[in-house]
Amino acid sequence: MTKARNHSVTIHVDGRSFQADAQRNLLESCLSLGFNLPYFCWHPAMGSVGACRQCAVKQFKDESDTNGLIVMACMTPSAEGTRISIDDPEAREFRSSVIEWLMLNHPHDCPVCDEGGECHLQDMTVMTGHVSRRYRESKRTYRNQYLGSFVTHEMNRCIQCYRCVRFYRDIAGGEDLNAFGSRDRLYFGRMQDGTLENEFSGNLVEVCPTGVFTDKTLSHHYSRKWDMQSTPSICSHCSVGCNVHLAERAGIMRRVTNRYHSRINGYFLCDRGRFGYEYVNHPQRLRRPAVRPSRENSAPLISLSPAEALARLRSRLSERKRIVGVGSPRASLESNYALRTLVGREHFFSGMSIVEHRDASLILQILTDGPAPSWSIQQVEQADAALILGEDLVHTAPRLALALRQSVREQPMEQLDGLNIHRWQDAAVRTALQGQRGPLYIGSVAGTSLDDVATRTFRGSPCDIARLGCAVAHEICHDSPRISELTSEESALIREIARALASAKRPVVAVGAGTGEAWIIKAAANVAWALHRRGVAAGLVFAPHECNTLGLSLLGGNSFEQTTAIEGDRDRDALLILENDLRRRLETATLNRWLERFDPIIVIDHVDDAILDQAGFVFPASPIACSDGSLVNHEGRVQRFFSAIAKEQDVQVSWRWIQDIGRVSSLESFHAMADWTSLEQIHAAMAEDFPVLRRIGEAAPPAQFRIAGQKIPRAPHRFSGRTVLPVLETIHEPQPPHDPESPLAFSMEGTPSQPPSPLVPFFWSSGWNSNEALNKFQDEVGRSLHNEHLGIRLLEPQPDARSRFFENPPPRYERRNNQLLLVPLPRLFGSEELSARASAIQEQIPKAAVVLHPREADRLGLRKGQAVDVTAPGLTRRLPFETDETMAGGLAGLRLTPGGVSVPLPAWATLKGAPSP
Amino acid sequence: MTIDRRPLTEQIRRNGPPPTLCEYEDRGGYAAIRTMLTEMTPEEVQREVTDSNLRGRGGAGFPTGKKWSFVPMGDDAPRPKYLVVNADEMEPGSFKDRVLLEGHPHQLIEGIIIAAYAIQAECAYIFIRWAYRRSALALERAIREARESGLLGHDLLGSGFNLTVHVHTSAGRYICGEETALLNALEGHPVIPRAKPPYPQVSGLWGKPTIVQNVETLCNLPHILAHGAEWYRGLGKGKDSGTKLYAVSGRVNRPGVWELPIGTTVREILEHHAGGMQEGYAFRAMQPGGGSTAFLTDAHLDMAMDFESLSSVGSRLGTGTAIILDDRTCPVGFVRNLEHFFAQESCGWCTPCRDGLPWVERLLAALDSGDGRPQDMDILERHVTFLGPGRTYCAHAPGAMEPLKSALEHFRSDFDRHIDERGCPWAKTGTDE
Repeated sequence: MTKARNHSVTIHVDGRSFQADAQRNLLESCLSLGFNLPYFCWHPAMGSVGACRQCAVKQFKDESDTNGLIVMACMTPSAEGTRISIDDPEAREFRSSVIEWLMLNHPHDCPVCDEGGECHLQDMTVMTGHVSRRYRESKRTYRNQYLGSFVTHEMNRCIQCYRCVRFYRDIAGGEDLNAFGSRDRLYFGRMQDGTLENEFSGNLVEVCPTGVFTDKTLSHHYSRKWDMQSTPSICSHCSVGCNVHLAERAGIMRRVTNRYHSRINGYFLCDRGRFGYEYVNHPQRLRRPAVRPSRENSAPLISLSPAEALARLRSRLSERKRIVGVGSPRASLESNYALRTLVGREHFFSGMSIVEHRDASLILQILTDGPAPSWSIQQVEQADAALILGEDLVHTAPRLALALRQSVREQPMEQLDGLNIHRWQDAAVRTALQGQRGPLYIGSVAGTSLDDVATRTFRGSPCDIARLGCAVAHEICHDSPRISELTSEESALIREIARALASAKRPVVAVGAGTGEAWIIKAAANVAWALHRRGVAAGLVFAPHECNTLGLSLLGGNSFEQTTAIEGDRDRDALLILENDLRRRLETATLNRWLERFDPIIVIDHVDDAILDQAGFVFPASPIACSDGSLVNHEGRVQRFFSAIAKEQDVQVSWRWIQDIGRVSSLESFHAMADWTSLEQIHAAMAEDFPVLRRIGEAAPPAQFRIAGQKIPRAPHRFSGRTVLPVLETIHEPQPPHDPESPLAFSMEGTPSQPPSPLVPFFWSSGWNSNEALNKFQDEVGRSLHNEHLGIRLLEPQPDARSRFFENPPPRYERRNNQLLLVPLPRLFGSEELSARASAIQEQIPKAAVVLHPREADRLGLRKGQAVDVTAPGLTRRLPFETDETMAGGLAGLRLTPGGVSVPLPAWATLKGAPSP
Repeated sequence: MTIDRRPLTEQIRRNGPPPTLCEYEDRGGYAAIRTMLTEMTPEEVQREVTDSNLRGRGGAGFPTGKKWSFVPMGDDAPRPKYLVVNADEMEPGSFKDRVLLEGHPHQLIEGIIIAAYAIQAECAYIFIRWAYRRSALALERAIREARESGLLGHDLLGSGFNLTVHVHTSAGRYICGEETALLNALEGHPVIPRAKPPYPQVSGLWGKPTIVQNVETLCNLPHILAHGAEWYRGLGKGKDSGTKLYAVSGRVNRPGVWELPIGTTVREILEHHAGGMQEGYAFRAMQPGGGSTAFLTDAHLDMAMDFESLSSVGSRLGTGTAIILDDRTCPVGFVRNLEHFFAQESCGWCTPCRDGLPWVERLLAALDSGDGRPQDMDILERHVTFLGPGRTYCAHAPGAMEPLKSALEHFRSDFDRHIDERGCPWAKTGTDE
């Protein structure tokens, strides 16, 4: 939605006059004004369809009209002078009748329903005042379906609001969930039992107003909403930085829910973000420091207390050893900065592979030097033309892919004014616009999840995709380098794309870093810059690899493989690895050779799998979900996350371990961090070191922030069992855990007021127990939060920059004899390290495989079921193969799953059918 | 074509095949479109039909010319435009479109050509219910004949106007009578009415300008064009123009369908044409326009069967096909049967209709089986109000409430007797069912 012009009108509600927005319907206006008007089928992100009839109000023609007519608030515009009554007895009675109808068949199973206590249907029932049952017949029942490891299905509870199918089909583009049947025998489900195919299926849990779709992972360690402590955090499973609420009870992470952010995730999360949290509960998560007495014979690690482990480390570091530090794109900005401070700029390495490091630096350079801004997810949703280059973004930045899917509706929406239809009239909009879609072009190595809404797609090697982008840029602005050797078909497509982008008002170029080809990123920049030269305000959106890739890049340093540049003959240096499994970045033999140069090797992490055999010291870090810090997302926005679980004994946030290690080392640089006791002190130091980070402290209120002297309670006021939980250990009620790092408290005591938006621990309001309480936290429903802090955007473009285009684009991709170009195929489930440890996600991880176009498989003489031997520099693997019609010819896709491959891709590979066993 | 007081049905043979193309043309058929295509502009056709004061015969009685006037015309109008013929006749008690479909398909095709030309639609769909097999076959045969003679297809009679006509046999649901639900069905979507606006005239089938028209309405067009608006206006008896297909079902001596001047009185239809009540049965009430219209009683027998007269007493002309309630049939059972139909035909989109109608049906069943309670009457009354216009998404539930509402007015004592006597008094005395 383009920022609304001032459409202020006066409406009269129950005899009082209010200002409202003419662009909105009466339900939205009433909710924004703070009235309690019940509803089901309307959703702020999905608009109105008028199905449930719950938001009925009485509308009067004018002051003299005393009879009035019942209208649905969600279907009626807030026009100047509109007179309505919410309190009108007939309207009240009608609303209560709607609940009565819905309750004819709704089971009274609230006590055993996972939704109980946070059920919108419960809230609305209470709101309308319907209490006693007059219907004498028996209730309708259904058979439920198995929908996979994420979502539980209980159809008997359904009140037929159609929200699920509207989200799943219209918003997320899913096809395997539908409304079946008619009259009072409707069924919302799949054709048959089976895992929901869509990558955003978890949102059904939140859009369903009652307990039809519930969180299956929560049910494995169930707790009521009122019994969970909830904390505002940032999703760490990709670079988008969606805002989440993490809920905990008794030290166990229970679930993730959406935390509305008006510029990023809005109302929806992806399934990786929602269900990937269980890595926190992983039984093998590191919780004790450990020491390996000998590096030889891969001796086992021995658990020690922190003091003992540090004492042993002191003896190893006493000889004025240098420490080489390896940072991590999945660790906080503060921990990485602490490491850099301790080891010094020249000994600090980013911990990213050469390819990741190069791509991240390139993105930073483009966003700081060029004229094109990086766009937020919300801006992408409003783009009226889009070009996607690279991979299937749903696997690397899923929420971005969801935004791009919405963007195709923007251009057709321009007709609505002429048709006198408001955007919120969802059913009318879809009728009027039918399947019309705005321009979306995709250049990728294989089919993508957005192909169904694409205007046209282009398939080719990463080089070819980059050339396509560069050629589009040249077509838009001839100063941009020319591409030779284009076929006439390619030239026609390029002209079409260029025309679509150049004639748009808000075009966006979206790029994933998942192909490993830097030229794709450069080509995207060329397109956006060419558009700026033509006066088109184009945006760029990148999908770097991990949750803090850009933040880490801001701290400088080289890729860790470049440590070879350090002279280290005198003695072996110590190596300090921060939250990083280097085996994912570098092929094992090379890594092992490289590690020979270091002793001791110190690892700070929470993932047991990430511990190298060579590691001599292991210190248990608290994961992002259990610590405090900052992350920089894909657009360069720094956001704060807070710890969802009280500090565990022996476990601490990485920067504190780094400080402890500094203390036992003999490094002078330690003095710079010796006094750090809070994030605020680190922020001050960072601001001094890095001008770009000067505002980092403003991302959220500091630890000292209080409301009327009180902290913000993580536990709701109805939290129960506080004294019972520890009863096996002690009958005394322990002190609530201390939380010096943030203004939040692990307690139900504290301010009852709404805190600034980054600190909102849960959405809850009087009479609104479900997540729909969010309405009460927004200035206007569906818009900004009260007291909104959006995080700090660090990278703003140079609007007047006349940046030079990237020159010398790559030549056309030539296939080689007997070789195929091996390209990475990242997967939503499996390619990201932490979520792949969550049990619900593990069930959905596809097998590692080589993916080929059927023609290539035939050329290689591969038979169905045969394995393939893949040989590339540094890589020898035997893998199953699969064919995919959408794969570009001349390529072999490598599906990246846990324990995948750690060589730089794309790379030339030889593929041979393995001999039959 | 001779000037007849029964232009629509005159050429229909009782128990015989429909007129062939040759037979129709011999009696003046397709002459109107020959003139139209060579001498009239679409605007002139629209004006003629507007002047004729033809109102839609599907039930709502919307003026046809006015409906057409909302269609975007001219060179920059969206293309293609569609004409959709609603032949999904499913109103309880209605069988008048079937007579026209089976008896004279060429008349309908000529009407389709005229309407399509008036709005410059290049494609027409006849949406016909599956049970009208014989009608579909007759239509297909007639369309083939017309196409072979250059009356349909590319460049009609050398006029440069193109028109393709498709017959779409539907699975048939009552809600398909709602024009936007019909469009959804035609597109292959669940049969749920659409939000309005946008109206189909602007954004209908596949988002293009579309007119949905009832069979009988279209059959009037050839005669209006052949004889002029003034002639057509003269056919009616009251304010309305033309003739109307009236029908009567129930315990009358001669149930059937007749083409009569619109505005003929109830009594004339009932006594003269339907032959009065069968022996041993007395007239109690009637639904004048099909299952979704309010009951009339003997106090209304001298009313004219036209749009305004019936509206003035709280009922509707609807399809003009009356159902008679006699004294030996239980009115509660009669209404229960209707509500069973309407509950079953609800599309399931909006709450009051989806869940309210089955409750109404079950309450009536409870009354019938002797399980009724006095408070059930309040619940029924409440449904009459809360399933009324504006409360529901479309007109289905309000239509379903019309017979119930009027039954509660006219037969309240019969409802009460069901409660007091713990069952249906008719069941005890024995009906002939």
